[in-house]
Amino acid sequence: MNKIAKLFITFISALTLTLTSITSSFAKVEDGMIVLGSAISLTGKYSSNGVHTQNGYNLAVDRINKMGGVKVGGKSYKFEIIYYDDESNPKRAAQLAERLIKQDGVHYMLGPYSSGLTKAIAPVTEKYKIPMVEANGASRSLFTKGYKYLFAVLSPANQYLEVAIDLAVEKNGGKGVKIAQAFEQDAFSQDVRLGILDAAKRTGSKIIIDDKLPKELNDMAATLAKVKATKPDVLVVSGHTKGALTAIRQISEMKVDVPMLAMTHCDAAKLSKQHGKKSEYALCASQWHKNLSYKDKFFGGGKKYDRDFKKEFGYAPPYQSAESSAALLVFKDAFERANSFDRDKVRDALKATDMQTFYGNIKFGPGGQNVAKPMILFQVRCKGDTCENKVVAPTKWASDKFFHPIPPWSERG
Amino acid sequence: MDFLIFKAPMLMVQASLDGILLGILFALIAYGMALQWGVMNIINIAQGDLVILGGYIAYTMYIAGIHPAWGVIVSPILMYFVGWGLYKLVINKVVDRDLFISILATFGIAIVFQQLMNFIFGADVVVAQSEYGTTMLFDNSVTLPNSKIFSAFVSLAYAVALVIYMKKSKLGRAIRATAQNARAAKILGVDTEKVYAATFGINAALCGIAGALISITLTLHPYVGLPYTVRSFMIVIVAGLGNLPAVAISGMGLGLFEEFADYILGTEFRIGAVFMLLVFILVYRRFKLSKKREYLK
Repeated sequence: MNKIAKLFITFISALTLTLTSITSSFAKVEDGMIVLGSAISLTGKYSSNGVHTQNGYNLAVDRINKMGGVKVGGKSYKFEIIYYDDESNPKRAAQLAERLIKQDGVHYMLGPYSSGLTKAIAPVTEKYKIPMVEANGASRSLFTKGYKYLFAVLSPANQYLEVAIDLAVEKNGGKGVKIAQAFEQDAFSQDVRLGILDAAKRTGSKIIIDDKLPKELNDMAATLAKVKATKPDVLVVSGHTKGALTAIRQISEMKVDVPMLAMTHCDAAKLSKQHGKKSEYALCASQWHKNLSYKDKFFGGGKKYDRDFKKEFGYAPPYQSAESSAALLVFKDAFERANSFDRDKVRDALKATDMQTFYGNIKFGPGGQNVAKPMILFQVRCKGDTCENKVVAPTKWASDKFFHPIPPWSERG
Repeated sequence: MDFLIFKAPMLMVQASLDGILLGILFALIAYGMALQWGVMNIINIAQGDLVILGGYIAYTMYIAGIHPAWGVIVSPILMYFVGWGLYKLVINKVVDRDLFISILATFGIAIVFQQLMNFIFGADVVVAQSEYGTTMLFDNSVTLPNSKIFSAFVSLAYAVALVIYMKKSKLGRAIRATAQNARAAKILGVDTEKVYAATFGINAALCGIAGALISITLTLHPYVGLPYTVRSFMIVIVAGLGNLPAVAISGMGLGLFEEFADYILGTEFRIGAVFMLLVFILVYRRFKLSKKREYLK
C-alpha cells in the first residue's frame, strides 16, 4: 500500500471517530423531537413480518404527530424513529441496539420482530437502562429474566392456545379431553406447548401424542399417521407459518379426521388464501382482530384501524402491525404521565401503564408482559370458495358461533 | 422411544410407503449431485437452493394460473440455463483450484440464491395446489396423497430418460468419457469445457424437476434448501458415483430410515437421525475423495 492510501485511510478513520463522538453527544430529545430507535428485520427470513412491524410503527408515529404529538412540560414533541435492518439475525440485532444507544444516542427503544431477536436485544437495553416497548416478542422466557426496562404489549406465548383446550373441554361436557400436539423446537412454540401442558393439567386432560418438530421439517406425515391411529379429541400444531401450511396440506391429503384443530400463525401464513376450503374449521390463536370492540382516540376502533392501514399500505393489517402501533400509544401515554424525559421516570410511568388502545387493554405484569388482554381464537369459515377468519372465542368478543366438531373428510366437498 | 408403530401394522405400511415415495424424490436430487461430482469433482452446497429455485418457478406458474404440474417441464428447461450460466460465471473460474475453494464457492452461491429468492418471492412460506386428491388403501387406514405418487412417478420417468440419454446420445457419451478420463477424452476430441457446462446445466435441471415436485407435495421457503443438500450428499456417499440404481435404492433407504426414525425415536430426532447416519456412514464407508483434481482447462 502506498503512502497516500495509508494517509487517506488514517484520515477517514479519524473523521469517522470524530463524527461518532459528536453524534453520541447529541441528546436524543431535541428540536421538539423524541427519537426512538429500532432494529428491525427488513431483509432475511423475518422480512415480511419485519415490514408489518415497521408499517405499524410508522402509522402510529404519523397519527400521533398529526394529532398534536406528545405533550411534556407544556411543550409538544413529535416522534421520530431511527431504523436499522437487523437482517433477521440475532447477533446483528444486538450490535445494532448497541449502535443505536451508543452512537445515535437513542434513549428509548421499540422492539424488533420475533421473540428470538427481542431476546438478543433485551440484555443490551437492560445494560444501558434504556426502556424498550416491544410488540413482537411473546416468548415466556422474556418475562422471567427479571428485566426492568422491557415492556411487551402482547400476550405471552403460553397463553396462545390455552383457550382452545378450555373450549374443547367445554364441548366435552367439562370432562378432560385427549390431546395430540406437535410443536416446533423453538422458543416461541415450546412456550405455547407449556401453556397447553398447564391447561391439560388444570382440566384433567391427557396428552397422547407430544411430537417436537425440527426446524427444518416440512413433512408431518408421521405425526398425522399417529393422530389417525389414536383418534384424539383435539390436535394442536404450532410451528410458525411453515407448520400451519404443512399441517393443513397433509391433514387434507391424508384425510385425517379430528374433531378440533387448533394452530398458531394462520393469518401470517395466509392459510385461508393459500389452502382455501382445506383450511376450513381450523382454530387459530391471534393477538388481535379488527372486530374487537376496544377503542382509543387515535385510531378509533379496530375496524377504523383496518381501513386506515389499508389506505396507507394497500393491505389489511395483520396483528403484528396492530400491536406495533399500540407500542407507540403506550410510549406516548408514558411520556405524558412522566412529564419528563428522565429515563427512570419514563420507565416508572411505563410500569404503571393501565390503558385501553384499539388493540386491547394494556397493563404490565411484574415481568413486563401484558396481563390485561386475553388471546382470541378465530375459526376459518368458508362461503363457496372464499374463506374468512371469524372470531369465536372468548365469548365476549365472538362474532360467530364456534363450529364443533369438524365434519369428517368424507362429508366435506 | 415410542413403539406405537409395532402395535399398528397399518402404520408400518403407511410409514414404508411414505418413506419410499419421499426417497425417490431425494434420489433424483442426489443423482444430479452424483453426476456433477463424478464429472467435475465438485461438491455442490447450493444443490438444495437450486431445488428450491426450481420450486419457485413452478409456484410462479401456479400464481399465474397455470397448473403447477407443468413445472416439471418448464422448470428444468429454465434451470438448465441457470446451471449453465452459473458454470460460466463462477464454477469454471474455481473448479481447477482445490476442493475446498470450490466448496466455498458453491456455499457462496447458496447464500446469494437464498437472498435473491427472499428478495424476489418474499420470506413467506408458500405452497402450490395440485388438487390431485388422495388414494385410500386398506379401508382408509392408509392414505397416499396422489401428488406424492405423481412426484415419484415423474422422478422415475426422468431418471430412466436420463440413463438412456447418457448411454445413447453424443453428449451423454462425452460426459461419461470425461468422467472416466478427462485428459484422454480431450485428446480424442471431446470439448470438455462444453461437457462441464452441460453437466452443471443437467444437474440444475434435475433440481428444477425436484423443486417443482416439492412445490406440490411439501412447502417452499427461501431458506429450506440445506436439508436437501445434506440428504443428497448422503445418498451419494452411500451409493457412490455414477451408479443410478444404487442412488435410487439408497434414496429409498434414506426415506424409509427417516420415516421409521420419526416413529421410533420421535419426530424431534428425525433430522438428527439423518445426520447421525451420515457420520456413521462417513466412518464406515471410507469414501475417499480423490485428492487430485481431474478438471481440465
